[in-house]
Amino acid sequence: MMITPFQIAYKNLLRKKVRSVLTLIGIMLSTWVLVSLFGFNRGYETALNRDIENMGYQLMVMAKGCPYEAATMMLQGGKGLRYMDQSMVNQITKEPEVDKVTPILMQAFFDPNKGESGGIAGFYGVDAHSYPAMKPFFRFKKGGWFKDNTADEVVMGYEAAELEQREVGDETIVPEKNVKLKVVGILERTGSQDDGTIFVPLKTLQKISQVDQITTIGIKVKKDADITSLENKLYQLKDVQVVSFSQVKQTIMKLIATARVMVFSIAVVALLIAMVGVINTVLMSVLERRQEIGILKTMGAMPGDVFRLVWTETLILCGLGGVAGIFLAVIFSRVTDLLARSILPYAPKGGLVAIDLKLSLLTLAIIVVVGLLSGLYPAWKAGRIRPLESIRGE
Amino acid sequence: MATNCLSLQARDLTRVYRRGSEEIQALDGVSLSITKGEFVSFMGSSGSGKTTLINLLGCLDNPSSGELELAGKTVFGHGQKLGEKELTRVRREVFGYIFQNFYLIPTLTVLENVALPLAFFRKPGAEEEVERLLKMLGMEHRMNHLPGQISGGEMQRVAIARALVNRPEILLADEPTGNLDTKRAGEIGEVLTDLNRSSGLTIVMVTHNPELARLAGRRIEMRDGRAFEN
Repeated sequence: MMITPFQIAYKNLLRKKVRSVLTLIGIMLSTWVLVSLFGFNRGYETALNRDIENMGYQLMVMAKGCPYEAATMMLQGGKGLRYMDQSMVNQITKEPEVDKVTPILMQAFFDPNKGESGGIAGFYGVDAHSYPAMKPFFRFKKGGWFKDNTADEVVMGYEAAELEQREVGDETIVPEKNVKLKVVGILERTGSQDDGTIFVPLKTLQKISQVDQITTIGIKVKKDADITSLENKLYQLKDVQVVSFSQVKQTIMKLIATARVMVFSIAVVALLIAMVGVINTVLMSVLERRQEIGILKTMGAMPGDVFRLVWTETLILCGLGGVAGIFLAVIFSRVTDLLARSILPYAPKGGLVAIDLKLSLLTLAIIVVVGLLSGLYPAWKAGRIRPLESIRGE
Repeated sequence: MATNCLSLQARDLTRVYRRGSEEIQALDGVSLSITKGEFVSFMGSSGSGKTTLINLLGCLDNPSSGELELAGKTVFGHGQKLGEKELTRVRREVFGYIFQNFYLIPTLTVLENVALPLAFFRKPGAEEEVERLLKMLGMEHRMNHLPGQISGGEMQRVAIARALVNRPEILLADEPTGNLDTKRAGEIGEVLTDLNRSSGLTIVMVTHNPELARLAGRRIEMRDGRAFEN
């Protein structure tokens, strides 16, 4: 029997359906941009942290000028590798801050069968004992680690095995060298660059590539140890460079800061456009209903009642548009992810856009507050309409 | 508002409008009394001041000078002007309004349109009035229709029900049949007469329609901002 101001406001929006829907679309798109931006802001850092944690170590020491990332090594066609003596491992182990140390040898060989005109195959020579200890979170899809440092065996990352179509028990050939190695383990997906890596026992890879040195030393620092002090000590070692992942993270975050500012600016512009859309829609609706609003006042509606009625219309528009925008952002988060990857200088593995309930509610609150601010002027204008104006307007 | 045998008393009401440097005297010292239960009609040519007068009597506007008392209480007087909120308070307690253009909300059903005033102000027991009024005005079979689905005469009946839902003391009708054909206008006239006779409702009506005006017990003619009782 009774009708509430909310029902009146809702039904009023149905009068000009096209206009209301267009405004809703504007709000929805702004919310989509905003929630995706917030999701990216959080997701990127989480993914980066995950990438760094999955390294298993916080510091890397390598010969000066040596690329420390597999992708860079591939880009350089396996060239540019610098070596250092394995005795460096013992020297570093003695430092009190050091928990675990693992020697690594990166090697790249030209594989004429890879791709259309051949490509680079990267191999990671790792110590059969200390490396697995650094990566206790590795899970095997099948098989396990090689038995010792001289075994003619390999462990393949999830994507490497998929790409080469290898199963445990198969053989794989080291290009250029034509050495056959047996696949003894295939890792589950980690979401890091390890997925594309082929791990070979250190001594075996040294023998194949006829190099008795190493390219990298991974260092896991003791809990609560002073990493900076250790870094400074490592810098004293001759002809080495020290890569700290916290520094790497900071550098990457600085790199993407520009992209974040750009996207944030777009979001602000989108929000402003939506705001103007809301003001236009609600103000037009108020101006068209001047007489009707005046009549509401003859019925006993106070200026505050009319203000609330118009404000409720804004609230409904922003609430519905906001919820739709959040759904859109969740549904298309994968597309946003791909888009972000295509423009970012560095994108870690795993989802870059992390949208959860808390984030969604926060965005919805922002949209509603912005919408209510947009509705202030039309609502105030409606509240000031005098009934006499409606009578005169007849 | 306390009941009193005198519904409304106006003393020397004037209303002057300014258009640029020009002053227009829309109402020129009108004094009149309307007793509870009266049906009063105002007739006159365009610009005679009848709408200005009904606007002042209905507290939709402040007079330039003069006094107005409603059921013994001064609303305007002694140079005092009421603000919009105060005027609204008086209006919702005392008056119900109907207009030539009905002003029903097109997206609300007949029932919802009648219940609309209750969303803002509700006298005790007013909820029960909605269906009673629709039944009384013969509109109960149309209660779930939208205004676009009913005739002009039916729309004015709905507007009358809406004006009466908060049980006003005075019904102000501004050209209530101005948009209706002769048959529908006659029906609305009958409704107003019935309301006045059966419920004792005070009705103040402005009309161009002499037949409708004749239904009122008291007829006042407006000329050049002055009121002349027939």
